[in-house]
Amino acid sequence: MRTLQKEAPGRRAPEMLRDYGAFIVLFLILAVNALATPNFFRLGTAWNMLLQSFPIIIMSLGMAMVVATGGIDISVGSVMAIGSIIFAKLSLDAGWGILAASLAALAVTFCVGLFNGLLVGKFGFQPIVVTLVTMMVGRGAAAVINDGKIVTFYDSNLVDFGLYQVFGVVPIHIVLIAVAVIAVYLLVKETVFGVYLQAVGDNLRAARLVGVNAFLVILVVYAVNAFLAGFAAIFETARLASADAINLGRLVEMDCVAAVAVGGTPMRGGQVRIVSTLAGALTMQAITTMVNMNNIPYAYSLVIKSVIIVVALSVQKEK
Amino acid sequence: MTDPIVAMRGIRKEFPGVVALDDVDFHIERGEIHALMGENGAGKSTLIKILTGMYRADAGEIRLDGGIVEPRSVFHMQSLGLSTIYQEINLVPNMSVCQNIALAREKTGPLRKIDWREARDRAGRALARLGLDIDVDKPLNRFSTAEQQMVAIARALSFDCKAVVMDEPTSSLNEGEIAALFALIRSLREGGMTFLFVSHKLREVFELCDSVTVLRDGGLVGRRPVGELDQYSLVSMMIGRDASEVVRARRSAGVATGARKICSLEGVRGGMRVRGLTFDIAEGEILGLAGLLGSGRTETLRMLFGADRPDAGVIRVDGVEAHFAMPRDAIRRHFAFCPEDRKVEGIMPSMSVADNIAVTSIRELSWKGIVSLPRKLALAREYIGKLNIKASSPLQPIRNMSGGNQQKAILARWLATRPRLLLLDEPTRGIDVGAKAEILDLVRRLAADGMSVLMVSSEWEELIQTCDRILVYRDGTNVASLEGDAMTEDAVIAAIAGGH
Repeated sequence: MRTLQKEAPGRRAPEMLRDYGAFIVLFLILAVNALATPNFFRLGTAWNMLLQSFPIIIMSLGMAMVVATGGIDISVGSVMAIGSIIFAKLSLDAGWGILAASLAALAVTFCVGLFNGLLVGKFGFQPIVVTLVTMMVGRGAAAVINDGKIVTFYDSNLVDFGLYQVFGVVPIHIVLIAVAVIAVYLLVKETVFGVYLQAVGDNLRAARLVGVNAFLVILVVYAVNAFLAGFAAIFETARLASADAINLGRLVEMDCVAAVAVGGTPMRGGQVRIVSTLAGALTMQAITTMVNMNNIPYAYSLVIKSVIIVVALSVQKEK
Repeated sequence: MTDPIVAMRGIRKEFPGVVALDDVDFHIERGEIHALMGENGAGKSTLIKILTGMYRADAGEIRLDGGIVEPRSVFHMQSLGLSTIYQEINLVPNMSVCQNIALAREKTGPLRKIDWREARDRAGRALARLGLDIDVDKPLNRFSTAEQQMVAIARALSFDCKAVVMDEPTSSLNEGEIAALFALIRSLREGGMTFLFVSHKLREVFELCDSVTVLRDGGLVGRRPVGELDQYSLVSMMIGRDASEVVRARRSAGVATGARKICSLEGVRGGMRVRGLTFDIAEGEILGLAGLLGSGRTETLRMLFGADRPDAGVIRVDGVEAHFAMPRDAIRRHFAFCPEDRKVEGIMPSMSVADNIAVTSIRELSWKGIVSLPRKLALAREYIGKLNIKASSPLQPIRNMSGGNQQKAILARWLATRPRLLLLDEPTRGIDVGAKAEILDLVRRLAADGMSVLMVSSEWEELIQTCDRILVYRDGTNVASLEGDAMTEDAVIAAIAGGH
């Protein structure tokens, strides 16, 4: 085969679409809303959108890594419920400090992730089945902890923390998102772990034959994903000033998987795109916000999301 | 003179950054067995894929049986009478043989119920034509690669077809099966069937084919009757320079007597196939394993690498008993393993060439877990250069490269770990003469520097040319050891057959 002597001027349109498809879709949605939705770009709206999208963004990052290993984790919504209820019970009923209660909740969710990773990585069960089990058991366990009742509480420290602005201007959520995106990006692109992660997803048998500890990689990825779900749960609990084991994080796994897919990470594994996943997560939230602000019924929002997912997938399809 | 059955004119195909085919003319006459030859990356696969409907040409015209066609899909071309058998078996492993043969053209009765009796009869007849006795109700994956390949051939032939395209059909068949296949192809040709045959094995082309088209670097070199050519002139056409020094085999210099044993097996048994192995490998020795498919050769390599565990027996490394629970344990002792099936166990397809090469030594290229990109690229470039790997960039995804270049990258991945014992399973399967000679040459040079090699190959000629010693396997035990002038094909065959 001969290599073409001249590089084509600029890159070809299909490649651009593939690489930046998620951003283009996000931009289009924002543009449509700028025209069609009154007040969409008011500061208040942006602030709300950011607060609401925080859990999806954080959890999509974890989901992207799980998907890169060729897996999927549909238990994240239930893991949120567990994290939230433990956090609320410990800080409210047991009188633990916020920090201690947070760490306990994170530890528990991390362990739930270890359980997922153990079953997938060690015993080779299918990820979707394993996490389906965790999803059901987790939701049930969260409800049992407080008899299915909602824990409402008001803790001024917690609310203050949720409204904290770094240097008095930058909301803490933006800082945390930035840190999380950069950290996960570097982990995936620049570290030995990142190479192993992709190798496991790309060809598990080959990865084992070159000496990759596939079990450890899978274990860590599922544990980190559940940890991030717990992390998101604590912020949601603070934002909503309540812990609802039945409804918190319900169907959030759908938004996370969709965000990863819209971000262009292939479901077969082996490749991962972190920054595009961020765009995918923002897209999901932008649709929700758009639907809410225009008083469109929830049912329609599902239709709109599906259409946008399909559009995003088709522009990014590899030839 | 009648129209050719297949005629392609002015075919051009570009991939991003690469011209795979440039203005290629190609035709196959009725009732002939035509060979398509060329090195890896010459454009053979691309041409076949365009003809069979997997790719669409950017320019050019395709005629089938005189009429212009625009291949839309493999199925479309099949329905027009062009059946294809690919190198990688593309059947459904979990379905039965009968279901596979009938797949996508099942005859249905009332209520669209599949007529399984008819399908079973048809499958049985198709296999009987090939002289195969296979239980059509068993799932395909119960059978060996060779048997699966035969089922694929039976399926292709059971179409009502005018021409059959075979992309390296013999790469996983043994001598007996190849002979049976060739006899069948010849008899079908007598019946007027036309064949396009793609193979890297020169001998097969001379044995079977009537004419040959040679491609090089995406362009047409020429079309000749096989009778006008000999091995050297054909290879010269393929590589574009005088072949005599490339093809000529260079025998290894041999192992110094009294060289240290680096690894020894004693009464090793394991799995379904290995039933007692006892032999040593010396430092700097190239030891070949010959035997039929399923005689336990691959399993030997896997056990030595910790990918499978032996049930009984002792493996010693440097005289000390070794228990490898997983490949990592063997890698720590500087063992390396290039598996038989590149796609399934070798490459990580969507990762770059650089990552595929560096994956074994990525820890050494990093600082506290952070990979140094410059060092990774430097390593990749070093081996791309050393092994003459044709890659447009180290960051190119490996799946876009030809088989020979992928194989070299896998070899590079292990050479980067400076192995003491290199385990090679069919290292030249499905790759062209040029790359094959380079790889075998490299193996000899590495052995001369002190690396030991344990090599499995179904091409005995290759073992004879490369190895210092050949162990012959029969039914999971090593029954003979051939050295020096005793290494001949006849001796190998005799040992396999059980004579002496």
